[in-house]
Order: sequence, then C-alpha cells, then structure tokens
Amino acid sequence: MKILVAVKRVIDYNVQIRVKEDGTGVVTDNVKMSTNPPDDNAIEEAVKIKEAGKATEVVAVTVGEEKAQETVRKALAVGADRGIHVKVDGILEPLAVSKILKKIVDKEKPDLVFMGKQAIDDDCNQTGQMLSALLNWPQATFASKIDVKDNKLEVTREIDEGLETIEIIVPAIVTCDLRLNEPRYASLPNIMKAKKKPIEEIPASDLGVDVSPRLEQLKVEEPPKRKAGIKVANVAELVQKLKNEAKVI
Amino acid sequence: MAVLLIAEHNNKELRPFTLNAATAASQIDSDVHAVIIGQNSADAAKQLSELPVVKKVLSVEGAHYENFTAENFAPVIVKLAENYSHIVCSANTFGKNLMPRIAAHLDTSQVSDIIKVISPDTFLRPIYAGNAFATIKSNDAKKCVTIRPTSFDPCESTGGSAEIEKVDASEEFSNTKFIKREEIKSDRPELGTARIVVSGGRGMQSGDNFKLITEIADKLGAAIGASRAAVDAGYISNDHQVGQTGKVVVPDLYIAIGISGAIQHLAGMKESKVIVAINKDGEAPIFSVADYGLEADLFEAIPQFMEELNKLNTIQK
Repeated sequence: MKILVAVKRVIDYNVQIRVKEDGTGVVTDNVKMSTNPPDDNAIEEAVKIKEAGKATEVVAVTVGEEKAQETVRKALAVGADRGIHVKVDGILEPLAVSKILKKIVDKEKPDLVFMGKQAIDDDCNQTGQMLSALLNWPQATFASKIDVKDNKLEVTREIDEGLETIEIIVPAIVTCDLRLNEPRYASLPNIMKAKKKPIEEIPASDLGVDVSPRLEQLKVEEPPKRKAGIKVANVAELVQKLKNEAKVI
Repeated sequence: MAVLLIAEHNNKELRPFTLNAATAASQIDSDVHAVIIGQNSADAAKQLSELPVVKKVLSVEGAHYENFTAENFAPVIVKLAENYSHIVCSANTFGKNLMPRIAAHLDTSQVSDIIKVISPDTFLRPIYAGNAFATIKSNDAKKCVTIRPTSFDPCESTGGSAEIEKVDASEEFSNTKFIKREEIKSDRPELGTARIVVSGGRGMQSGDNFKLITEIADKLGAAIGASRAAVDAGYISNDHQVGQTGKVVVPDLYIAIGISGAIQHLAGMKESKVIVAINKDGEAPIFSVADYGLEADLFEAIPQFMEELNKLNTIQK
C-alpha cells in the first residue's frame, strides 16, 4: 500500500491574524508559518500505518510557493519517505489544487490519499472531496479512526450527530480530523536525516492544469469589533446582570 | 434560473438546518426548488413541500440513499444541476462532505460557509476561523454555496404546498459502504449548536476539577467546552475543544472559566452573543472580549455561582 499525503503551509494557529489596510487580504510577511494542523494528523496516521507494516511508502506532497517546501521537509522529518513540491506562485482555489493533486495521483498511483479535513487559513473544507470526485474514488471525510483491512479501510467519521463508520475500498481519499491521533514531534536526528530525503520539484505549469481563479476576493475586512464590556464586582452581580440585563439565563 | 436547495433529513423528518439553508437560498433567488434524496422519505418530502419559500420539491428514492453517502448523492444533484443557477446546502458535516463532490463534477469553485448573501453572485464568508471576513464574488456559471446555519434564521415551516415531483435514482456507488451511525444520546446539548456553553481552561488545574464546570452546565442546560490548553493538559477530551483548531461556537451565552483567551480560543467563540469571563488574572486577554468580566479565583467563584443560580426561581432552558 502506498500513501500520498497532501500538506499545506498556513499561518501558524497561534498567530493573531492582521487584515491588510487596503483590504486585499491578511498580512503574511514576517509571520510565523506552519503545517496546517490536521495535515499533521494526516502525516502521522500514514506513518503509523507504515510502521504497522501495512504500507510500503509514504509520499508527502504540497502545492505552493518556494517556502511551502518546509512543510514537505517537516513531513519527511516525522517519517514520510520522499516528497513532491508542486511549485506555483499565488493562492490557488481548492478546485485548482485538487486538479493538480489528481495529476500527481495519476503519476504516483497511490492506494490512499490523506490530508487534513480543512485548512485553517481559507477554511474551505473542499480539496479532499473534490479530489475524490475527480478520481471517482470513495471519500472518508472527518476521520477520527482508521482501521486498515487488506484493500479496505474502516473509517470512523466525526459527524454533527455523533460518529459514523463506513467501509471504503482502496483506492480512496481520507480527510483527517484532529481527533485521529497525536502528531509526533520530529527528533533532531530525524530532522537531519530528512535533509537527505529526496523532494521532487514540479512546476505547476508542467502539469497542464487550468488553475485560473473562478472567485474574486473583493474585500477582506476585520470582523465587527465587540463593544467593550464591564467588570462586575462579585458573583451575585454577575448572575443578576445575566438574568435581568442580558436576559440569557 | 432557480436555486436548488439540498434538504438534509433523517428519512423521517427534515433536519432543522434545512430551514436555515432555505432562508439563504431564498435570499439568492425567490424561485427555490428543493431536492430530497433518501429511502422511504415521503414524510420528510411532504414537510419540505410545506415550507412556503420552496416552490417545488424533487424527491429521489433508493435503498442506496438511506445513509446519505456523498458518493451516491452527488451524481443525482450533478444531473439536476443543469436546470439551476445555484446549488445550496448547509455547511454542517452533511453539506461539507457533499457539496465539494458536486462542485468538482460541475467544475465550479465552491463558496463555503457563507454568513451573508450580498447579491446572487457575491457572498460574505469568514476566513481564519472568523478572524477576518472575505467578500467573495463567484464568476462560475453555476454556483455551489454552503451556508453557515447559525447566520440565517430558519424559514417558516408551514403554509406552503409545493408540488412534489419524483426523479429517477442514479446508480449505486459500490466502493463505499455504510456500516453504522452512533448518535450521541446525551441530555446535554451538542457543543456546536448549544444555546449556552460553559468552558474551562488551564486554570481548572485538573481533569477532576472539570466536574465544577459540569455542575454549572447541568444547571444551565449547557454544553461543555474547553480551551486547547485544557485539552493538551489532558483535563478533558478534545471533542470539547473550542477554537480555531476545534469547534467554532456562537451560543447566546458563553462562559469562559479559567481561560486566558489565547488567539486560537477567541477565534472559536468571540461571535457569541454574550460572553462571561471568570479569571483571577485581571490582565487576561479574555476580558477584552467579555461583556461581563469577573476577576476572581474560580475555585471560590464557581461554588458561589452555583449558589446564586440555585436562588433563581427560573432558569431559561
């Protein structure tokens, strides 16, 4: 079994986002970037499956600018065998990313593709589902548990009503929830070793995919600010305010 | 061309967010048709036909639709899409799972999780877990849009009498098989939709102390939340996590106890209608978003809070 894991570079989840004054987006210069958190879960799960002897190779792929390669390097440091960096400048929509990933799948022929359920920058939650549509493969989204059984996967999905279990036949796509596992940290020796693992660079233009945007971002703005609240002196006052002023209890 | 709303249901009745999605659909175009795909779902289809905003119901029945798999649903909707300008459904786990599969087949760039319809092709949506709002214009001929249910009021549920038209089923997708669904049966409301959320942070100091939070939540009929710090410290399981990497909640009342207010937590709760913060550090960032702040030791404040609640004659549920 070969597993392809897609990772995305995003603004670190601990960074306070600042909206650009001209309304064209958010400030990304000199801002700490990291791997999209649920993508870390996706890599972890793939590596665990390989460690359990149920996968032969884990390949990490990212689509993005020069620096996006850091996320692939990090995946290599926690156990992926090799990397692919599809180089493209600017921001791509999930539809374009899924078309690029399809080309990589056509070339690599993995049995499974893993990725995070959602990226914490654009919050679109589309790429995995779109890729499975383009491939006409089964999709297991929001996975919180994966059992590999020969050519089948039993996947528990986090849904609004609780948990759902489905069985999918490979080749298949799985999008990973934060509850799936606890991503490991890369050890220093593994970080050093990862530097020697190969990363293939492919210009997106070589893939013959139409990545032109379909959406126009007309404006990015700060959400409405909350009015400053008050401090109450004691619990009795708090409960009285909630009851009689805010009328919420 | 009309708007096609995808109904969410459990084969017996509509799920409530279908009503919120119907409102959003009717703001895009007054000509709203709704498709319901299921197995023995006639009652739910009838309910759908009674929504006054829905002008026509398309009903698709088949054994392979019983469990709402996206792989089975998408081809039906892709086929129907020909006659519609927009496809709309809720951005809950049902719609999030399904819509991108439809959009990719239609070669359309989906607009996810909108909170406002500005015009039929322009929408407002939160990005970065609500830390910024983006105004997005779609230039695709057909638009696939998912809506954040809590941002739209539910539509009227009675008074309509739309025609129900049967539509042929599509072939079964055989590589995905439903096994089971475990619905969490709890007296406590679900975190994502609860009217009141009581959350604890690292200030709780231990998992045991979370029972103080549980008591308050029981009293108020509230869901229990937690900060990432509390989850990382192992005080509570991560399905309770509120924040950018957890759940985004918008309850009427959010009570943050022993939570300092890290950016990633604020991103998940600052749209709540009323926010209460209880923290002994008066400088904690959580106070900057709180409507009512109480600077106090939580281990003294929580028992007092229970006492005061017990004194009330009535508590809204």
